Amino acid sequence: MPDELERGRAIFLDEARELVDELETALLGLEDAPDDKELVGRVFRAMHTLKGSGAMFGFDDVAAFTHEVETCFDMVRSGRLCVTKGLIDLTLGSLDQVRLMLEGAGQASLETAQGLVAAFRDVCAGASGSEDAALPDGKAAGTACLPCRPAPYPGGGEPATYDIRFRPQPGIMLNGTNPLALISELRAMGDCNVVAHTEQLPPLGEMDPEACYTWWDMTLTTARGIDEIKDVFIFVEGDCELSVCRLGEGGQDDGRALLGEILVEKGDVTPEVVEEALRRKKRLGEILVDMGKLTPAERDEALAEQRTRERASAEQAGMASIRVASERLDVLADLVGELVTAQARLSRLSAVLGDPELQNITEQVEKLAEMLRDNTLGMRMVPFGTTFTKFKRLVRDLSRDLGKDAALESSGGETELDKTVIERLSDPVLHIIRNCIDHGIEGPEERGAAGKPRQGVVRLSASHSGGNVYISISDDGRGLDAELIRQVAVDKGLVGPEERPADGFLFELAMTPGFSTAKSVSSVSGRGVGLDVVKRRMDSLRGRVDIVSAKGSGTTITLKLPLTLAIIDGLLVQVSDSFFVLPLGSVRECVERAGTGANERQFVDIRGELVPAIPLRSVFGIPGGVPALEHLVIVDEGGQKVAVAVDTVVGEHQTVIKPLSRAFRGVEGVSGATVLGDGRLALILDLPGLISCAMKEEADWLRAA
Amino acid sequence: MNKKIMTVDDSASIRQMVSFTLRGAGYEVVEASDGEDALAMLAANRIHMIITDLNMPRLNGLDLVRRVREMPSLRFIPIIMLTTESIGEKSAQCKEAGATGWIVKPFKPAQLLAVVEKVMGCQTN
Repeated sequence: MPDELERGRAIFLDEARELVDELETALLGLEDAPDDKELVGRVFRAMHTLKGSGAMFGFDDVAAFTHEVETCFDMVRSGRLCVTKGLIDLTLGSLDQVRLMLEGAGQASLETAQGLVAAFRDVCAGASGSEDAALPDGKAAGTACLPCRPAPYPGGGEPATYDIRFRPQPGIMLNGTNPLALISELRAMGDCNVVAHTEQLPPLGEMDPEACYTWWDMTLTTARGIDEIKDVFIFVEGDCELSVCRLGEGGQDDGRALLGEILVEKGDVTPEVVEEALRRKKRLGEILVDMGKLTPAERDEALAEQRTRERASAEQAGMASIRVASERLDVLADLVGELVTAQARLSRLSAVLGDPELQNITEQVEKLAEMLRDNTLGMRMVPFGTTFTKFKRLVRDLSRDLGKDAALESSGGETELDKTVIERLSDPVLHIIRNCIDHGIEGPEERGAAGKPRQGVVRLSASHSGGNVYISISDDGRGLDAELIRQVAVDKGLVGPEERPADGFLFELAMTPGFSTAKSVSSVSGRGVGLDVVKRRMDSLRGRVDIVSAKGSGTTITLKLPLTLAIIDGLLVQVSDSFFVLPLGSVRECVERAGTGANERQFVDIRGELVPAIPLRSVFGIPGGVPALEHLVIVDEGGQKVAVAVDTVVGEHQTVIKPLSRAFRGVEGVSGATVLGDGRLALILDLPGLISCAMKEEADWLRAA
Repeated sequence: MNKKIMTVDDSASIRQMVSFTLRGAGYEVVEASDGEDALAMLAANRIHMIITDLNMPRLNGLDLVRRVREMPSLRFIPIIMLTTESIGEKSAQCKEAGATGWIVKPFKPAQLLAVVEKVMGCQTN
């Protein structure tokens, strides 16, 4: 920045010299034509620029000096002063003075400058006596300050609470002011509670879209002073009704302000009215005494106890959290699910009836239900890191028992997961870590021989991506032996002796029940109940297991889980009379295409990319022909793009997941069902399942052909 | 896309200072040397905010603001005026013409940025 200021100064000096030359020309011209308005304007502007830019680049003397000349010429411009020979002489003299100042001769010419300033003031004073007094004497541009505070600095004072009422005039936005920007500026200053008053909002038909009908009441707790708060509204002074007043002393309000006090502070009622109203009401104790049910002594005792209890509860309020049984949260989540379903019915009904008032309420209910859902599900979220200690302990104990040296490294502990998911995840993760240490990590000697550090490492990490949570457990051990797995698979008859399947397929096989490659059954693992248990558990959580392994350098097992188990955001689509829900997190885009009339599988061209299409109609065997205009929902599942062809895309849908009954649990491509607003059912599509199902059919079809 | 701000001033040094400060804060800057120049450039550029001087040849700041406010697409654009007078008659004139706010010269870069962020709203980066 200093360099830039220097450059700015250099440019200013060039500019100032030009301006002075121009001024000279203009003044000489003015001598011949004293009434030329254009020339006067030029002189004024040049002086003005000298003053403004001079002050910007640190030529305060130039700025202060030219201020006097400028004032003089402003009066000439407005006709209060005439151009005389004397004035021109004086101005020409001042130009020489400005030149000297620009060259940095400063001190030497101070006296001349003062003389000239005095002379200019005389001229001005002569023109109008009172004008001189009005001028801020000596307060030249150099000391004028910006109406707005400089860069925000953290207030050092005690935080105080302010009550702010901001009532802009309807036309406030016509000046380019955004009232919301002002409010967010306030919000940035501290803890701010904003209430918008929309009572004056006219019906839509009569509303002027360019007018502001809303006004705001805000309570702001901040360490900044009252002046800074008022400065926020500096540009709208006069365009709004603004009141800022400090609430009580001692900063943070104790939150126990009485209604009457608040109303009086806001000026809605007078203190007398409140007193009058309060006098009409008797205290409960007095009423009971009057009724003869209570003696005054009993009343006093009860009041004393009330005070004690109040004190106790105030102390308790200091605690940040409370414990709640998780069943209660489960019940709450279930109820929210039911509420969302009921709300969907309400929305549908209101859309059918088309009554604006009903729609209004419905929208409000919808919003509330959504907030309630997010909050309720949020309550069940627990950071994954809470389980780390357990795993660390396991690694330590196991490696000691097995004579190995291993440490657990963890990351992403702040990743939040539904409590139920964490609980059910605990066993699979334990299994995997056990496997890592028993089979993965080699003994210290073997590691040393392989050129690895003697201490093995198990890494546990958690992260969010889209609507999923990824938990990955990796070790730097010997890795899975794909060949060994193949042989076991051949022995078990799962794979033909000549087949050479891909590693990924073999690792999948390793997760089937009863499949173990361990040469010996140890006390911790090798009984063939390892990975299949993991896989089963993950299936029940609608999750997936991925194994990546390289022989000799370790294995990484990634568990992918949906964020919540209860409610998801889905995209509702329709094929003939059937409805389906696609998880919104996987949906990339929706496109249309002219129906092909054929039900066969094919590729679609999405901006140059070939994407395989899955027609839901043929996958689920739904009767009916393909419509003239077909919708394609492009989904991205684990990096694989697929176009799901449907008849119509209905829209977003809050999907409360209901499990399928046992009979349908084995159905591929479907993970659950949900109830729609009109009581009909929609199936929730399990995209990975759907894709593998479609691939299998494709393979069958190819074989048959 | 970065917000584009137009600085209108007949003084090259002020323009330089304004545009350097704004560019440093990540804004795009277009420079115009007076009101007429600004109007011509507004037609060709999509501008999010205008910072203009008051006294300029050809078309001065107040008239520029009035003309800009007449254009349907720029009715609500934030406009800041640079003045040498502190609050008073001048700021009332600015407001009447349709300016959103004003800055009194001389100002520091930080002050300029504070005002720009203020009128653009939530643009703090």
